[in-house]
Amino acid sequence: MNDISGFIRPDGRVGIRNHLLVMPTVSCVNGVAQRIARDVPGAVSVVNPHGCGRGGPRDLEILFRILSGLIRHPNVGGVVLIGLGCEVSSIANLRPVVQDAGKPVEMFNVQTDGGSLETARKGAEAARRMLAELQGRPREPIAWEKIMVAMECGGSDALSGVTANVALGAVADWLVEKGATVIFGENTEMIGTAEVLARRAKNELVAGQIRQMVSRAEKLTREIVGELASLVISPGNMDGGISTIAEKSMGCIVKGGTTTIHQVVDYGEAPTERGLILQDGPGYDCDSMAGLAASGAQLMFFSTGRGTPVGFPAMPVIKVASNTGVYQAMRDDMDVNAGVLTQGASLPALRDEMIRQMIRVINGEQTKAETNGMDVFSFMTVHPPF
Amino acid sequence: MDNILVVHPRDNVGIALKTIAAGEPVIAQGKELFCALEEIPVSHKVALADIAPDEEIIKYGEPIAVSTQPIQKGRWVHTHNLASGAWKR
Repeated sequence: MNDISGFIRPDGRVGIRNHLLVMPTVSCVNGVAQRIARDVPGAVSVVNPHGCGRGGPRDLEILFRILSGLIRHPNVGGVVLIGLGCEVSSIANLRPVVQDAGKPVEMFNVQTDGGSLETARKGAEAARRMLAELQGRPREPIAWEKIMVAMECGGSDALSGVTANVALGAVADWLVEKGATVIFGENTEMIGTAEVLARRAKNELVAGQIRQMVSRAEKLTREIVGELASLVISPGNMDGGISTIAEKSMGCIVKGGTTTIHQVVDYGEAPTERGLILQDGPGYDCDSMAGLAASGAQLMFFSTGRGTPVGFPAMPVIKVASNTGVYQAMRDDMDVNAGVLTQGASLPALRDEMIRQMIRVINGEQTKAETNGMDVFSFMTVHPPF
Repeated sequence: MDNILVVHPRDNVGIALKTIAAGEPVIAQGKELFCALEEIPVSHKVALADIAPDEEIIKYGEPIAVSTQPIQKGRWVHTHNLASGAWKR
């Protein structure tokens, strides 16, 4: 019943998809990658929002971690890497990552491979060849211990914290019980709940990391929005029945369930522990998603109350509506309706339905965001470009 | 039909799934619990038990605020009768 299948990688990780990824190393060559993706149906391509023009150590760390995380992502079976030649995250600089990626990676530089059209032609040829190999590979049984599921919430409404996120939390607890890993980030949405989270830490070290992460998020929020910081809980939130920042944040962190927190990882960093993991990442959905994917999550649950179509390249995203209204208004974008909890359905019944759906998605069934091609790739930077 | 949702068994507040009028029965999991003592706006909180001053308001099984006055079972629980601690620090 709970059997799952996927693709076992040489490093022991497992993919639930076997994608060919066409990745530009820098924004300047996005057009070349998009041209290849147009010419090779079935290839997954990303639009790179950065890749150069930032030099601070923190921005470079994030840039390389996110691009490496995508190249090494377990749902990716092969990569066509399109570089320019003079960028910071060049093919030359990414070579160490490529060499131990444990998958075929073909690399082209627009400056030395004959310009954009010729590079696109060579890249498309490589992509077609690699895709044919990937598509022929059969699925094998995989273990739950190898699965990492990310939990995300965005475009939230007053019900997100009491229906959809509670349901995500119930699925999270089930996954951890199965031996799988659950990860969630969005540090700004933990403000006010540091002690609730720290109490669930595996040990004092992790508890200290949680307190530090939340206090940094709180300080940064004050620095950025100044006197308006209290608007993190907005008049709109209050009209919607949220009385305190702790109540608002509880509605967010409930999506991770109730189990022991085993590790705090940095933005895009891969966990070395199993069970429930926290990521020190931003609240903005699109940037948060890239961090969680780069950490190796093969699958994401995403709750929404106002409604958002966003998906992620190479990582299936299961959309959970917090209310029946948005489920119906955005029927083509929503996979699950948690609004049934307000209409007499029980949480265990909804949880079991979500688990069945998750198993189908792991085994290859496409989510709405996958079918619709709603892939978005964007990641955090700390400084403006120069 | 339920008109409130109780997120966690430990909670002393429930969430209104529709605006509940004063005097209307409050229903969770098919059971009539008590009558609302005042209007509870949709998605706002209603006290499930008598809450003493300085008592924790529990939602998600965790304290989300502290009461600033006695709150009777059936009353609306919001910024007028509770205080936050976290952000003011």
